[in-house]
Amino acid sequence: MSRRVVITGLGVVAPNGVGLEAYEQALRGGVSGIRHIPLLDELNFGCRVAGVPEGVDAIAEERFDEGELKAMNSNHRFGCISALDAWADAGFERPAHEDDHVFWEAGAVIGTGIGGLDTAGEKLIPLTDAGKVRRLGSTVVEQIMGSGVSARVSGLLALGNQVTSNSSACSTGAEAVVEGYRRIQDGLAERMLCGGSEGSSHYIWAGFDSMRVLCRDFNDQPERASRPMSATAGGFVPGSGAGILHLESLESAEARGARIYAEVLGGALNCGGHRGGGSMTAPNPESVRRCIRQAVEAAGISPDEIDAINGHLTATGADAGEVASWAAALGRTPENFPAITSTKSMIGHGLGAAGAMECVACVLMLQGGFVHPSINSEDVHPDIEAFSASIPQQALEMPQLRTLIKAGFGFGDVNVCVVFRKWDS
Amino acid sequence: MERSEIRDKVVKIIGAYAKDKEAMGSVTEETNILEDLKVNSARLVDVILDFEDAFDIEVEDEDADSVNTVGDAVNLVQAKVG
Repeated sequence: MSRRVVITGLGVVAPNGVGLEAYEQALRGGVSGIRHIPLLDELNFGCRVAGVPEGVDAIAEERFDEGELKAMNSNHRFGCISALDAWADAGFERPAHEDDHVFWEAGAVIGTGIGGLDTAGEKLIPLTDAGKVRRLGSTVVEQIMGSGVSARVSGLLALGNQVTSNSSACSTGAEAVVEGYRRIQDGLAERMLCGGSEGSSHYIWAGFDSMRVLCRDFNDQPERASRPMSATAGGFVPGSGAGILHLESLESAEARGARIYAEVLGGALNCGGHRGGGSMTAPNPESVRRCIRQAVEAAGISPDEIDAINGHLTATGADAGEVASWAAALGRTPENFPAITSTKSMIGHGLGAAGAMECVACVLMLQGGFVHPSINSEDVHPDIEAFSASIPQQALEMPQLRTLIKAGFGFGDVNVCVVFRKWDS
Repeated sequence: MERSEIRDKVVKIIGAYAKDKEAMGSVTEETNILEDLKVNSARLVDVILDFEDAFDIEVEDEDADSVNTVGDAVNLVQAKVG
């Protein structure tokens, strides 16, 4: 059984925009959501800027009751708001607590890369070390467990199909989309909320800072700090937030007359095995190319049909190699290379949420017929200078945009690639 | 502290965890916290911790286990605050 899978709802909580309208406007305008974080000065971080969604607590207070809020750290708030928004955007009402109806046909794959380290750092570890375990209360486990966000979402929306959380570092969010897509394709579910979330916490960012993979040279110019494909890129900017896509079988969407944004044409997942130049922290270029080729093959299209690329492109030294991999895998040259952009240039690297927020950006671009700018790339890296014309500095109006490819590469040498196509009703 | 003052504070604390918000409108000392107010049983430990913070008391686990109704909670707190 192989069924077509479409996207009928979206939700996003991003550093440069909370909600679809604000996010799309920020993407079109090239608006950065990277800001200076004073706490990182106090704590002697090398990188003192980050992407943190704004105004989320006020939204959370409107959406969740007092008891729920006590059990929701930043990761939960971002993920749950996005999931509720995607559900509503797909045309469904939020069920009441006392309504015992369960949506057996609907599930969730909502991943996270690191998890609830704010809860661990602020509560679990200090109270445990002080011998005050009994003061932890009942809400610590659900806030630190790997499946915490999908578990909370399943209760908010009465989901009865598979509910799980994947984790594959920076591939997580896009991997969730591929996992949910396959479940629907196989006939095991009709609707799946898919994506990822990552909290805002200096405890999450500290390890990356110590690895010296974060940007340190633009602490006084936060909006210029995230510089994918730039000659002056000096590491990624940590981000946070969530993105959720409401995936649905075409049959289900058509039967209820749902608005369809786009189709998930195909996807692929693999790992480079830490060989051939791959490692815990770097991708094996051969595995990246295989993953891209497999996604195109799974989509049943020719590589020539790709109109635009939303890369992984984090603003580290790996960007030039990634562009070369795209060219090799798609058989394109600088002369006929599709538009290539990095959402991270505006929102930083949202880790487990990155792929999800970026997939939402892909769908909005298909829907709106544009490619958002890849900001801070005015000084294109010398190794990819030949591709400069394909890197938009301003939003590229592209009414003919039909097919967009998105990839993510994570620590562990894991890769994901997914192909979206605009829905022509 | 007056019993009525303790009761008001206790009800407010429990209210944050009550899934049945309507039932909160007609709370008496006989109201059962789990059954009538639909508080998730796992959250009872959080209710007790909130009592500890609000009244500056310490509640032993055995004492906490005896709390079923709003009146039980008020009795427990009243015994501790004296």
